[in-house]
Amino acid sequence: MKVEVKVNGVAYTRDVEPRTLLAYFLREDCGLTGTHVGCDTSSCGCCVVVMDGSRAIKSCSMFAVQADGHEILTVEGLAEGGKLHALQQGFWDQHGLQCGYCTPGMLLTSYALLKQHPNPSEAEIREGLSGNLCRCTGYQNIVKAVQQAAGSLAQPAAANT
Amino acid sequence: MAIQARPLHSVGVPMKRKEDPRFIQGKGHYVDDLSFPGMLYLSLVRTTYPHAEIKSIDISEAMKVPGVKAVITGKDLEAAGLGWLPTFHGFDKQMVLAIGQVLFQYQEVAAVFAETRAAAVDGAEKVQVDYAPLPVVADPFTSKTDKVLLRPDRESKTNHIFHWEVGDKDGTARALASSPKRIKQRIWFQRCHPAPLEPCGCVAYFDTMGRLQFHVTSQAPHVYRTALSLVTGIPEDKIHVISPDLGGGFGNKVPVYPGYVCAIVGALKIGRPVKWIETRTENLTSTGFARDYHMDVEIGATADGKVTALHVATTADHGAFDAAADPSKYPAGIFGIVTGSYSFPVAHAEVDAYFTNKAPGGIAYRCSFRVTEASYAIERGMDILADELGMDAVELRKKNFVRKDQFPYPSALGFTYDSGDYHKTLDVALEKIGYVALLKEQAEKRARGELMGIGFSTFTEVVGAGPSKHFDILGIKMFDSAEIRIHPTGAGIVRAGTKSQGQGHETTWAQIVAEELGLDPQNIMVEEGDTDTAPYGLGTYASRSTPVAGAAIVMAARRIREKARKIAAHLLEVGEGDVEWTDYKFQVKGVPSKTVTMKQVAFAAYTNMSQNEPGLEATYYYDPPNMTYPNGAYVAVVDVDRDTGETRVRRFVAVDDCGVVINPMVVEGQIHGGLTEGFAMAFIQEIQYDAEGNNLNTNFTDYLVPTSLETPHWETGNTVTPSPHHPMGAKGVGESPNVGSPAAFVNAVIDALSPLGVRHIDMPLTRDKVWRAIRDAETRT
Repeated sequence: MKVEVKVNGVAYTRDVEPRTLLAYFLREDCGLTGTHVGCDTSSCGCCVVVMDGSRAIKSCSMFAVQADGHEILTVEGLAEGGKLHALQQGFWDQHGLQCGYCTPGMLLTSYALLKQHPNPSEAEIREGLSGNLCRCTGYQNIVKAVQQAAGSLAQPAAANT
Repeated sequence: MAIQARPLHSVGVPMKRKEDPRFIQGKGHYVDDLSFPGMLYLSLVRTTYPHAEIKSIDISEAMKVPGVKAVITGKDLEAAGLGWLPTFHGFDKQMVLAIGQVLFQYQEVAAVFAETRAAAVDGAEKVQVDYAPLPVVADPFTSKTDKVLLRPDRESKTNHIFHWEVGDKDGTARALASSPKRIKQRIWFQRCHPAPLEPCGCVAYFDTMGRLQFHVTSQAPHVYRTALSLVTGIPEDKIHVISPDLGGGFGNKVPVYPGYVCAIVGALKIGRPVKWIETRTENLTSTGFARDYHMDVEIGATADGKVTALHVATTADHGAFDAAADPSKYPAGIFGIVTGSYSFPVAHAEVDAYFTNKAPGGIAYRCSFRVTEASYAIERGMDILADELGMDAVELRKKNFVRKDQFPYPSALGFTYDSGDYHKTLDVALEKIGYVALLKEQAEKRARGELMGIGFSTFTEVVGAGPSKHFDILGIKMFDSAEIRIHPTGAGIVRAGTKSQGQGHETTWAQIVAEELGLDPQNIMVEEGDTDTAPYGLGTYASRSTPVAGAAIVMAARRIREKARKIAAHLLEVGEGDVEWTDYKFQVKGVPSKTVTMKQVAFAAYTNMSQNEPGLEATYYYDPPNMTYPNGAYVAVVDVDRDTGETRVRRFVAVDDCGVVINPMVVEGQIHGGLTEGFAMAFIQEIQYDAEGNNLNTNFTDYLVPTSLETPHWETGNTVTPSPHHPMGAKGVGESPNVGSPAAFVNAVIDALSPLGVRHIDMPLTRDKVWRAIRDAETRT
């Protein structure tokens, strides 16, 4: 089946098997391997991408054909003009990652979270990230990373200093 | 004059990680990200029967599935001499694909190669296997009876794999018999799984030179190369193993799995690249599990709480093959660390292992081999003893700690502990948690019938495998290695035989080189995981990277410094003996104004070396003289809901002593992660089998990984007692929190329930189990 999906602002038109999952469409048809797959049951969140601007979705739980005509943001699209997104900077500064496998999903879930709650409490961040598993960090520094990003997004001028 | 203090100081600095920019931008390079022209996908057919005879395998329908190129079975592999794999410690072998019978549910039975991932799975579903079920042995105690023989392929016709013991059996029995106080408790450390978020996988192909290019999720790429050569007969120079970025490992990526062998065979047979990526279910059901030790712990003591003897008898469930990735010469690894932090005059430990119809493994999940089990046994045992004595758990520990002045301390079971200050480390933890105030609060709550618990674990770990006299894999000694090249501009590259899975070696190895050579860590590149370029090493697990490869890096850097000293002497126009390395540069002795930097020397090494050999490189193979003994004092505070059995971890303080710290940010991160894995084992994780041998925890909806919601807030601290034999004084830390924390959690919950008379509950302490324990206790009274 033919699908057209806009990923990180670029239109990808591909002919896919109907059962192709969006995660594999992104990884194998678009060559965007930053989106990972870590389980078979939509439990781990390594595959989270953002659909249509602010909705975090598990791309392993959606067919590529369901994304036809939609816009997808993946980890590869977060940085703009060579500048890291505030979340990427936060994860780096706060040591919010170790092996890096869950990181793209964490970043995209956090992206959607901050779109909906620009100034989340720690409890809201923990609730918001509870669909994303991490085996390395114990989440504490991930929470700090999201807090840092929320802070710098709220004060764009300060973020540049 | 203002003096700039240690301007190039690198070690001890919380430097941001050099590897992170690629990970946060989706540019990590994991095995499943690889793609090669003409690449096929492999899917494995697995049995649903835990124990059965294979009557027949029919591949004809599978071959008709569009895209399927080939199907191979155990018989095909056997005919090629590849039916069986040696296990890493060399005491057993395991089937690659089932031959004649299946021995555990989800065992690999056939391999299907196809043009796409989906076609391979479709093909696997069409392979028809006719099974005749056999009686299932689902626990080691049934196995012990030998009523059903599980491994007819073996010479010895018994399910008993080994008996291993260490220590003074008779002396321990005598001391226990004459001790005024004694406790005995069966403690089970349940079967767990490391479950790294990236499953295991590989891509194999033979290049135009006929050389095997093998990209694989391996924590020990050199060992894989040698093992593959020994198993397949391919000369070792014709094998190139590349371990790219690993999405976690935790010991799960040490063994060689059947899927890897099948991918290589497929690549050879079909002549195209083959990718195999296991599913999460395959990961949890067939790759290396951990623990599954049933430990009978006996401790003797005087009436006033001085320990007199320790005896631990373990029944171990090893599954269908003895595939424990144990690099020591001892079948139960370094379980002898079970005397822990305490001064036992005499001890005896024994382990009897049995085959069962369960997945093979018994890997060292985030610990040195069997150290987590040992640490849990002694730390639980000490709390039970405190309860028996009516003594405070802290007081009992302090009374029996190995004292600071006793190091190096020869333990009753043969280890020589290198260093530590257990009293101090515990005091730091007590201060941080506010123990006195907590005791007061607890007394008040108990008076109201509320269940609040304070639990301790004051563990000693043993890591850094290891001295070659004790450790090897397939005979290869457990040294490690480093090669450093300094380029003309003062930048450089360090390669090591280790392989980071998230530990941050690209940063910490650069920091070590920078510290030793006075160079900028940002310009020291680190490369690991490529057997063509890295010096031979045994890989990363058992917290051995910093104690062994880290030491090799220090020693290689010091070799470079000695070479550089000659060039510095030439540049400073003095004799070599007149040059000293001070404040990160070479200086003429006694003349602080006459100096050259390593950067200047590096340039001279290629442009103005005088009579010296050009270049600035060194390699070092380090065989540690002893293991290192990181230790810690952990305190958990919990509140248990009397009506629901729900436990809330209110606070957790972890004070670790891992010797000299290279990067405190990385160390703290590892502690957070290890504590979370310990929390998981203590409260929610278990690979369960029912009596029929069915695996009940086959995915992340049944085998639970804590989320950000349940995971407690971690408070950390440290003390620094350098290892006297490591060239930097470092000890390793990645595993301490995983080894030390389960006992702290369980001790806290049992402390909360102790007013009800509860003395022990086996992990995981699920709400249900705790509630039942409360109900049973209340029914009794």
